[in-house]
Amino acid sequence: MAKLIDNVKNFVSTKILKKTHKRENIKSDYVLETKNLGISFGGLKAAQNINLKIKKNEIYGLIGPNGAGKTTVFNLLTGVYQPTEGTFYLCGEELTGLPQDKINHKGIARTFQNIRLFNNMTVVRNVMVGLANQPEYKCSLLESLLRLPRHFKNEKAMRQRAKELLRIFDLEDERNNLACNLPYGKQRKLEIARALATNPKLLLLDEPAAGMNPNETEDLVNTIKTIRDQFDMTILLIEHDMKFVSGLCDRITVLNFGTVLAEGDTKTALNDPEVIKAYIGG
Amino acid sequence: MDFIITLVNGLSLGGIYAMIALGYTMVYGIAKMLNFAHGDIIMVGGYTILLFLPINPVLAIVAAIVFCVIVGIVIERFAYKPLRGSSPLAVLITAIGVSTLLQSLAQVLFGSAPKIKQINLGALQLGDLKIDYSTIITLVCSIIVMVVLNLFVKHTKTGRAMVAVSEDKGAAQLMGINVNHIIMVTFAIGSALAALAGLFYFLKVQTMTTTFGALPGIKAFTAAVIGGIGSIPGAMVGGLLLGIVECVCQSIPELSSYTDAIEFSILIVILLVKPTGILGKKRREKV
Repeated sequence: MAKLIDNVKNFVSTKILKKTHKRENIKSDYVLETKNLGISFGGLKAAQNINLKIKKNEIYGLIGPNGAGKTTVFNLLTGVYQPTEGTFYLCGEELTGLPQDKINHKGIARTFQNIRLFNNMTVVRNVMVGLANQPEYKCSLLESLLRLPRHFKNEKAMRQRAKELLRIFDLEDERNNLACNLPYGKQRKLEIARALATNPKLLLLDEPAAGMNPNETEDLVNTIKTIRDQFDMTILLIEHDMKFVSGLCDRITVLNFGTVLAEGDTKTALNDPEVIKAYIGG
Repeated sequence: MDFIITLVNGLSLGGIYAMIALGYTMVYGIAKMLNFAHGDIIMVGGYTILLFLPINPVLAIVAAIVFCVIVGIVIERFAYKPLRGSSPLAVLITAIGVSTLLQSLAQVLFGSAPKIKQINLGALQLGDLKIDYSTIITLVCSIIVMVVLNLFVKHTKTGRAMVAVSEDKGAAQLMGINVNHIIMVTFAIGSALAALAGLFYFLKVQTMTTTFGALPGIKAFTAAVIGGIGSIPGAMVGGLLLGIVECVCQSIPELSSYTDAIEFSILIVILLVKPTGILGKKRREKV
């Protein structure tokens, strides 16, 4: 009985916390800054005390053994899960507690571990879905329904922009094919293109090289570097391929059992004895 | 000659079914729920038209569309939205509850006696052919509605967002689409189509009862399933097919009393042969 009352109290207090929690803006030199970010599912602490500080134009790696909580961190940063503790800031603006679509509007876009494209839409339409929320393509529903000139102007501009994005990823020739008919490597690229279409400040890539052959992986390393340079982008990525990580990431954070095991520049962190122990056991 | 008349009648009735079926199929595709109160929106539209008809016919149509859209959005906001993410059965039962609520409300407001209103728009005489204007108007309007809806879904931002949500709700949300807003728009469009269907169905049967929407509702649902639920062109094909079958059956004296049985048998056969419906897509479940 006492436990039940405790549970109710907890529930009520978290509810109140959510309502009274006011998002604050801080001064931050980092594109992404998390402060003690964490989430627990019942008694399981899937992630706790995650403190990331990612600088502009950095390619930052998030690695760790299976079940370490890497994708959980991504889900926290994109609003799929609401953190039970801690806060996170994008360029100094607190985003904790916002719904997924709002977080995306603020500037965080992601790809998925198992590709989640809009399979029965064409390649170019997939990208256009991502473009839809940008202010320069604003066009009210009424204008679209009445097919006023602005509607056509907008559609043309969006199609043009989508084509440009696809060109970067060598997908321009595939633009009228259905997304589900693309080969695997191209689907991964299309997912990145779609995420970029939402004009993010921070791009989250969840195992971008998974299932790729060495050639495709090498190609992807170059693509990601191009994205950083061309879009002035900051990238946070999860990856298991250590060659990929050490060839690409400026700094990394290693997670294990939901907590930070090591962090710092890639070489040092990968050679940390704790990290080696977590990976090979011992 | 008779056959052409039957065909035109069938296409026109099919147009009505298609309009209603579009509401079912769009809501299913996007909110992943069966909105069994959809048929009763038709009834709401019918009564609104009846109420405003003495003032001005055009006003009546506009009022019906506006009022149905409001009712649709209110139902979604207060009955379905709180249940988002809960078990599909809970949503289904709620939908049936909303349906009963609307019917009972109509009974309280308008009484249970059928209201009959003769509306004769005249008929078009083409040689031996004599086709009611109401049939022609229904046919033309339903074609316009379907074309416009297709253009809307294919070539507008909101339309694309709708397709994206029906493909993968989570991914769409992470690409910046406000899913709640899209679901609301879907309900609004479905309800507006239901209001139009209410108008045309009333022109056809000319009798208004509180269960006015039940039969066309269930037939349109059948049409949506035959065409492949969740698929917009499927709803159109299914609706037109069912309309034509109904009119052809009714024109053959030996079959006319079995019309409903034949229609629903088609559903059973299609479900046996192609469970996803004529244009339905096969969904692979990831294991």
